[in-house]
Amino acid sequence: MSEHPSAAAVPTGSSGTGAGPALAVSHLTKRFGGRTAFEDVSFEVARGEVFGFLGPNGAGKTTTVRTLGTLISPTAGSAEVAGIPLTEANGERIRQRIAVMPENPGLYMRLTIRENLEFFARLYGLHDRGSRIHHALAAVGLVDRSDDLCGRLSKGLRQRVALARTLLNEPEVMFLDEPTSGLDPVAAREVHELIEALREREVTVFLTTHRLEEAERLCDRVAILNTRLRTVGRPQDLSGTLFRRSLAVETAAPLPDPASVFTSSAGVDGWAPDGAARYLLSVADPRAVAPGVVRALVRAGADVVSVSETRHSLEEVYLQLVDQDPEIRS
Amino acid sequence: MIRVDLGRTLALAQKEAREYRRTPFIVGAMVVLPFFFLVEPMLTIFVVPASEPARVVDKTVGAIFLLMLVVPTVIPATVAAYSVVGERQQGTLEPLLITPVRREEILLGKALSAVVPSVAIAYLLFALVEICAALFAANPHVSAILTEGPHILAEAIFAPLLAMWSIWVGTAVSTRSSDVRVAQQLGTLASLPPLAVTALVSFQVLPPVLGVAIGFAAGLLALDIGMWWVVSSMFDREQLVTGSRPAASSAAAPGPGEVRRIRA
Ligand SMILES: Nc1ncnc2c1ncn2[C@@H]1O[C@H](COP(=O)(O)OP(=O)(O)O)[C@@H](O)[C@H]1O
Ligand SMILES: [Mg+2]
Repeated sequence: MSEHPSAAAVPTGSSGTGAGPALAVSHLTKRFGGRTAFEDVSFEVARGEVFGFLGPNGAGKTTTVRTLGTLISPTAGSAEVAGIPLTEANGERIRQRIAVMPENPGLYMRLTIRENLEFFARLYGLHDRGSRIHHALAAVGLVDRSDDLCGRLSKGLRQRVALARTLLNEPEVMFLDEPTSGLDPVAAREVHELIEALREREVTVFLTTHRLEEAERLCDRVAILNTRLRTVGRPQDLSGTLFRRSLAVETAAPLPDPASVFTSSAGVDGWAPDGAARYLLSVADPRAVAPGVVRALVRAGADVVSVSETRHSLEEVYLQLVDQDPEIRS
Repeated sequence: MIRVDLGRTLALAQKEAREYRRTPFIVGAMVVLPFFFLVEPMLTIFVVPASEPARVVDKTVGAIFLLMLVVPTVIPATVAAYSVVGERQQGTLEPLLITPVRREEILLGKALSAVVPSVAIAYLLFALVEICAALFAANPHVSAILTEGPHILAEAIFAPLLAMWSIWVGTAVSTRSSDVRVAQQLGTLASLPPLAVTALVSFQVLPPVLGVAIGFAAGLLALDIGMWWVVSSMFDREQLVTGSRPAASSAAAPGPGEVRRIRA
């Protein structure tokens, strides 16, 4: 395939222009009648940051994007988007400075790729439309397809056109709502590459997803939402702080008396069997404790197969947080 | 009062026109309907014999005047009913509303793209009928009434005013509907009442003098403006985006690597 997204064509973010964060959200709440879409959500996103907004279906991700994108007004709380307070009166000013890629690409199927982009470029009042469109098309690798009717494109290509559309106005904040949902792995990977390219250009990206590996791979920080905000942090830190660390011990045969072995070694706070000849030890500092555990095992005559620090993935953090939530089980 | 950016309004109108040109049923409606409405006038012009008394001719010609106004009423209603539902079905409403475009610009752009071709077609049709009446009418009364000044003026003024009414009504129906056909039927139905009123002039229940025509035109204009306010207040971003939620987003199957809920 000849048309690969090219990082060089992605516009540079306006990270230098304004002071303060790209997004500042404070106790934001949206209810539809009696139904709470999200509640008491507060966070900040720095300029140039790729911020992951992670949560299961129905967590309120899309509603948050629509609220910050000025499409719907919050029930309570406040926010600043691209440095502008989120109010009805500021809607137009904010919309000029942001871009949103909704869950569905939303292209005019009877228009060509170029006609679609031309239309949106005019709505943004852009003067250098020809070059903006060219750059946007180059960024998603669609320059030679620009006269194709959107109705004839595959889902992956439509998604790329929608991405090109978000590049047109060189937004200060770009909202991508589940940009890879429903894409095959190749198309999803192309979207990932484009987001990487955006990060290199310091465009602020607000990325909602329910794919953990996507968040883990692309985002500087992630927030986990389930109607309320569960946590915010760097992916690697979240797994470190949310769990007690542990050592996984595997022996050739089950230990006759595991309790005496593990309680005799210093630094082991607790233990639990994890299979026939596997044990999970709860420890504060795996590297300091491991040698003592091995010595104790050898003294007890056990054949040690492995002793390793268990790494918790973001997935475990996520599932733990989501499962704690009573609302999800309704 | 209403702030409108001409560039954005025209961008919308052109986008709309482009979509219409590539939508078979709209092109069909614009091409086929006028022919359909030519049949009766042409029969009257060419077939009604010179011996027919003026009293009978009056009624027939009244029907022609009315028929000529059906075109600028029905075509825009059909087109406008499609306009918002079409955006909703393609999922383009949200990308459109996320741009700096104002709702008045959306409405005016869409209206423009429907009014211009409909009124152009109506005028063309009417001109054709007038020319044929003046040159070929077998019955002298037919040509006399059809080419009467106030009548022609009334037709010329009523056509765009009726078209505007239809467009606002069609758009109003369209903003609250998710089904194109329902929107079109309701829109067409709702567009007809003012037409019925103009029938009073066409059939000379009210005399077709200048004063009456202008009075009616003023009334229609007031209706158009009133309906404009109704439509633009219905055209609310939040309502449009959340009013009918697309089923696609929740129905999408989780792909590989997506996390599903473990607990039932
Ligand atoms: N227009 C609406 N009217 C009523 N409830 C809504 C509307 N939009 C979203 N919701 C509800 O708000 C919650 C969050 O939805 P959404 O923001 O779409 O979640 P996500 O994008 O994370 O899947 C859900 O419970 C959903 O049913
Ligand atoms: Mg969503």
